[in-house]
Amino acid sequence: MGLFDRHAGLLDAYRDVRTTGADPFQIRMERVLSPTEAIINGKKCLTVGTNNYFGLTFDPSCMQAAIDAIQAEGTGTTGSRIANGSYSEHVALEDEIAAFYGKKHCMVFTTGYQANLGVISTLVGPEDFLLIDADSHASIYDACKQTQAEVVRFKHNDPASLDARLRRLKDRDEGDRPGNRLVVLEGIYSMLGDSAPLKEFIAVCKKHGAYVLVDEAHSLGALGENGRGLCEAAGVLDDCHFIVGTFSKTLGAIGGYCVSNDPDFDILRVTVRAYMFTASLPPSIVASVRQALKVVKARPELRRQLWDNVATLYDGLAAQGFKLGPEHGPVVGVHLPDRMMAIGFWRAMLDAGIYVNVAVPPATPNGVSLLRCSLCAVHTREQLEHMIEVMTGIGRQMGVLTPKLRAAG
Amino acid sequence: MSTAQNVIVENDDVPLSLRRHPTRGEVMAEICTQLDAFRSDDAQVIRGATVISKDLSIDSLAVMDMIMELEDRFDVSIPMNTVAEIHTVDELADTILKLAARR
Repeated sequence: MGLFDRHAGLLDAYRDVRTTGADPFQIRMERVLSPTEAIINGKKCLTVGTNNYFGLTFDPSCMQAAIDAIQAEGTGTTGSRIANGSYSEHVALEDEIAAFYGKKHCMVFTTGYQANLGVISTLVGPEDFLLIDADSHASIYDACKQTQAEVVRFKHNDPASLDARLRRLKDRDEGDRPGNRLVVLEGIYSMLGDSAPLKEFIAVCKKHGAYVLVDEAHSLGALGENGRGLCEAAGVLDDCHFIVGTFSKTLGAIGGYCVSNDPDFDILRVTVRAYMFTASLPPSIVASVRQALKVVKARPELRRQLWDNVATLYDGLAAQGFKLGPEHGPVVGVHLPDRMMAIGFWRAMLDAGIYVNVAVPPATPNGVSLLRCSLCAVHTREQLEHMIEVMTGIGRQMGVLTPKLRAAG
Repeated sequence: MSTAQNVIVENDDVPLSLRRHPTRGEVMAEICTQLDAFRSDDAQVIRGATVISKDLSIDSLAVMDMIMELEDRFDVSIPMNTVAEIHTVDELADTILKLAARR
C-alpha cells in the first residue's frame, strides 16, 4: 500500500471539486487591495470571506506601528521565548490583553491554532476529562488527539447534553470518578456564525465543578460592550477560567492568546510544547496587534458597523429565500443542497467578482455544504446589496431558491 | 439468526425504561437503526462483523454523531479515545454493554 493510498477517498472528492474549473482550496489573491477588495483571476473582486471583522489589516495606525517595529527591532525573533527570551513588547502585549479582560495572566502564542492546541491538551492529563462541543474547531479536536485525558463530545450548543455527560462521569461502585473536568466552548462558531448559550453552559459547569475554557476567536471585538467577546456579552467573564483568542481576525494580524486568573497559570510556559518549541511572534506583528487592540477599545462604532452589515446581508439573503445559519453573526453560512452545488455556486460568485469561502464535508458539521461569508465593518451597504442581488440571480439560475420563496422575495 | 435485526425481535418484549441495563439485542437493534441510512445499498445487511468505517458509507464525523445518539439512548459516554479502537458493530455493542454495566 502506498503512502497516499489512505487518502484515496479524499483525492476523489478533491478531483470532483476541481472539475468545476476552479480550486477553492488553492485560490490565489493576486493582489489584496483593501479589507474588502482583491484582484483574483485578473479581476477586482469583493471579498466577503476573510474574517477581517473590523477591517484593521489596512488601518494606517496599525500598519505604521508594524513598520516602526521592524525598523527598531528587525523582522523576526528567530526562536522561541524559552530559548531566545521575550522581547519587552511580548510582555507588554500580554499585560495589555490581561488588562483588557481584567484577568491576572496572559500567554501569547504564535497562532490561535497553537493556543488552543497547546493549552487544552496540557491543562488536562491522565485521569482527567475533556468535554468538547461537537462542532468544535479543528484546533480543539487536534488538542484531543494530543491530550492523555478522556475526551467526551457533547451535542452542539446543548447544555443538557453536556449535563448528561458530566453526570455520567461516575461508577456504580466507586461513585464520582476522580480527575478534573474541562469544558471547551466557542464564543461564535466559525461555520454557521452561531453563539454558545454560555450562561446555561456555565450553570451546568458550576453544578458539576467543571473548569470552563471559551475560545473567542470569532467573537473578539464583535461581542460584548467592550468587544471582549461572548464571555462579556453573557456577563460571565469571572466564571470563565480560561479565555483563548486569536490576533488573526478582528485584530488583523496573526497569533493567539490565553488569559486566566489561576495563580499557577504561568507554569504553562514551561509545559505547553506548542509555546516552547516554536518561534515567537515577530516585532511587527506584536506592534500591530497592540495598536489594533487600542483601536478596538477606542472605536466601538466599528462593532456597530459590523452588526449593521451582518443585518444587511443576513436579512437580505433570508428575504430572498436562502437557508442560513440559525442567527445573526459576523459569519453568515448559506446552506446549499450538496457539495457540487456549493462549489458551483461559489465558482459562479467568483466569476461575478465576489469572493466567499466554500465549506464542504468533512470540514463542516452534520455534513452540510455551505457558502461561508464573513462580514467586515468597512463593507459598504452598496457592496452588500450588490452581493445579495448577484447571489439571488445565481440562486434562481441554479434552482436553489424555491418558486414560492422567490415570489415572497 | 445471522442478522443483527433478527436478534432484536426476541428481546424486544420489555421496554428499555423498565430495565436497569440494556440487553445485547436492544443495543444491536439501536445500532442497526442508527446505521441504516449509511448502508452502501438497499441489499446490504448490517451484521455484528460489519466494519463500520469500511463496509458502510459513513465518514468519521458521522460515526461520532451516531455514537452520540447511542450514548443518549443508553445513558453512557463512549470516550473519543475509545472510539478509535471500535471497528465492528459487535465491538461497538460490547463497548456500550460494558459501560452500561458500570452505571
